[in-house]
Amino acid sequence: MKQADIVVIGGGPAGLCAAISAAQSGAGVLIIDKNKNLGGQLIKQTHMFFGSEKQYASTRGIDIPEILMKELDKYREKVEIKTNSTALGLYEDGIITVLEKEDNYYKIEPKAVIVATGAYEKFLSFPNNDLPGIYGAGAVQTLMNVHGVKPGDRVLMVGAGNIGLIVSYQLMQAGVEVKAIIDAAPKIGGYLVHASKIRRMGVPILTSHTVKEAIGQDFLEKAVVWEVDERFNPIPGTEVTFDVDVMCISVGLTPLNELLAMRGCQMKYVPQLSGLVPVRNENYETSVENIFVAGDASGVEEASAAMVEGFLAGLCAAAKIGYKADDFDDRRKDYMNQLNNLRSGPAGSHILMGLEQIRR
Amino acid sequence: MFEKTGIPSRDMIMEKFPSMDRINKGPAAIVECYRQIPCNPCETACRFKAIRVGEDINNIPQINFDKCMGCAICLSKCPGLAIMIADGSKSEDTVEIKIPYEFLPLPEEGQLVKGLNREGAYITDVKVLKVTNPKSFDRTPVITIEVDRKFLYEIRNIRVEV
Repeated sequence: MKQADIVVIGGGPAGLCAAISAAQSGAGVLIIDKNKNLGGQLIKQTHMFFGSEKQYASTRGIDIPEILMKELDKYREKVEIKTNSTALGLYEDGIITVLEKEDNYYKIEPKAVIVATGAYEKFLSFPNNDLPGIYGAGAVQTLMNVHGVKPGDRVLMVGAGNIGLIVSYQLMQAGVEVKAIIDAAPKIGGYLVHASKIRRMGVPILTSHTVKEAIGQDFLEKAVVWEVDERFNPIPGTEVTFDVDVMCISVGLTPLNELLAMRGCQMKYVPQLSGLVPVRNENYETSVENIFVAGDASGVEEASAAMVEGFLAGLCAAAKIGYKADDFDDRRKDYMNQLNNLRSGPAGSHILMGLEQIRR
Repeated sequence: MFEKTGIPSRDMIMEKFPSMDRINKGPAAIVECYRQIPCNPCETACRFKAIRVGEDINNIPQINFDKCMGCAICLSKCPGLAIMIADGSKSEDTVEIKIPYEFLPLPEEGQLVKGLNREGAYITDVKVLKVTNPKSFDRTPVITIEVDRKFLYEIRNIRVEV
C-alpha cells in the first residue's frame, strides 16, 4: 500500500492550486488525475479570465496551467504526479483505490485528501437528442481547442450562460457559423460583456426559447426551437427552424463528487451551488475529518474562485496534518478575502446564498 | 432589454462616452462595462491611474478622462473586450476608433472593411489605418479604423470579407 501525506484528486485549477499550497506548507503531495495532462478544463479556455491579478485575470485560461506547473515545480521533491489515473473509491477506512491506465490497480493510505474532481455537464431532453451532431459544450471545446477539429459548420448554441457565450465566440473564431444562441431563461445568464461581444458579430440571442426537437436521418440536419412563457411552458405557433449540423448544449454543470458521498461526507442539495454538495467548514474541510473539497466539486463557480478555494484547502489540509505554514494566518485571511471579493457582487450573490446553507 | 439581447441602448452608450470636446482633444478610452462583475484588470493595467474600480472588484470601472491618454493598454487587457478608444483630434470629418478584433484573417492597413454596429448590422465601409498586434497584447489585436463622425456612437465592430 502506497503512503501519502495529502492526496489531491483532480489536477484542474482547484487541484493544482491545492497541491501548490500544500507543498509550499511542507506537506508531501500526490496528485491523481484521470487525464493524460494536468490542467483540467483550463487547457481549452482560450479566452482571458476575469477576476483580479491574484487569480490571473486577463491571462488566457490555456496559459494558466503552465504558470501553475512552474510554481508546483519549485516543490518537486515533495510532489508526485500520477496522470492517466482514476480514483475509483474513497473508503470508510480512509483508503483510496486507484486505477492507473487500464491495468495497474493499487491502494493509497493518505493522511488527508482534497477532492477537486470538478463537475460534469447537464443535458437536455427533447426528441432526437441522441442524433450525431448534438454535443455538450465541453465536448465542442475539447474537439476544437485541444484537438483542432471543427465540430461542424452551422451551430445552434443552447444556453446563454458564460460557457454557452464563450464557446459560441470560440466557434466563430474557428470559422464556424453560429446561427443563434437560445436560453429558456428570460434573461442572459452569463456576463453581459460576453453577450455583447457575440451580439456585435451579428449572432442573435433568443431568451425565453427552448428546443422543441431535433430533426435528421443519420445526423442532425435541423433544430426546431420555440418560445416559452414565464412558467417555461412552450407556446405553440412560435416555432423557428434552424438549418444546423451542430447543436451545442450548454445548460449548466453538476458538481462531480460521488467520492465524497461514498466516504460518508454529509451532502446537501443546494440549487445555488448547482446540485448535491458536501457540507464543509470555512477551511473547506467536509464533515469527515481530513477530507477536504475545492473547486466545482464543492459547488459550481468560475475557475477564478476554484483556484482560490484550492489554495485555501491545500493550506488548511497541510496545517491539519502538522505542516502549518509560517504565514498561515495571513494567507488564510487573504484567500478568504479573495473569495469574498469574487462573490460579493450581484454575479456572486447566488453563491453566497448557497454557502449559507452548507456551512458547518 | 439589454439583459435579453446583449445590445446596449443609445443612452447607455452615450453615458460611457466623454464629451465631444474631450474626444476632439485626443484619444480616450470608452469602457462599455454596463453590469457589475468581479473583474479589475483595466484598473491594474492603467499606468496613468485613469481607471478606478476600487477595493470591491465588482464595482463598475470609472474613468477619469483628464488622466486617460488613450494608450489602449486597457483595451488589450479587458477580458470582456468591452473597451474602445475614440480620437477626434486628427480630422474635422472623421474620428479614429480603436477596437479589439480576435479573428482571422486580420484586415490589412489601408483596406476598406465593413463597419458594424453593436447588433452586428452593417452601417458603412470604414478604412483600416493600423493593425497593432504586439506580444504584450497577448493575441488581442487592436484595429484602428477611420470612421465618419456621424457614426461615432454606432460603429463598434468590423467584418473582414475574404
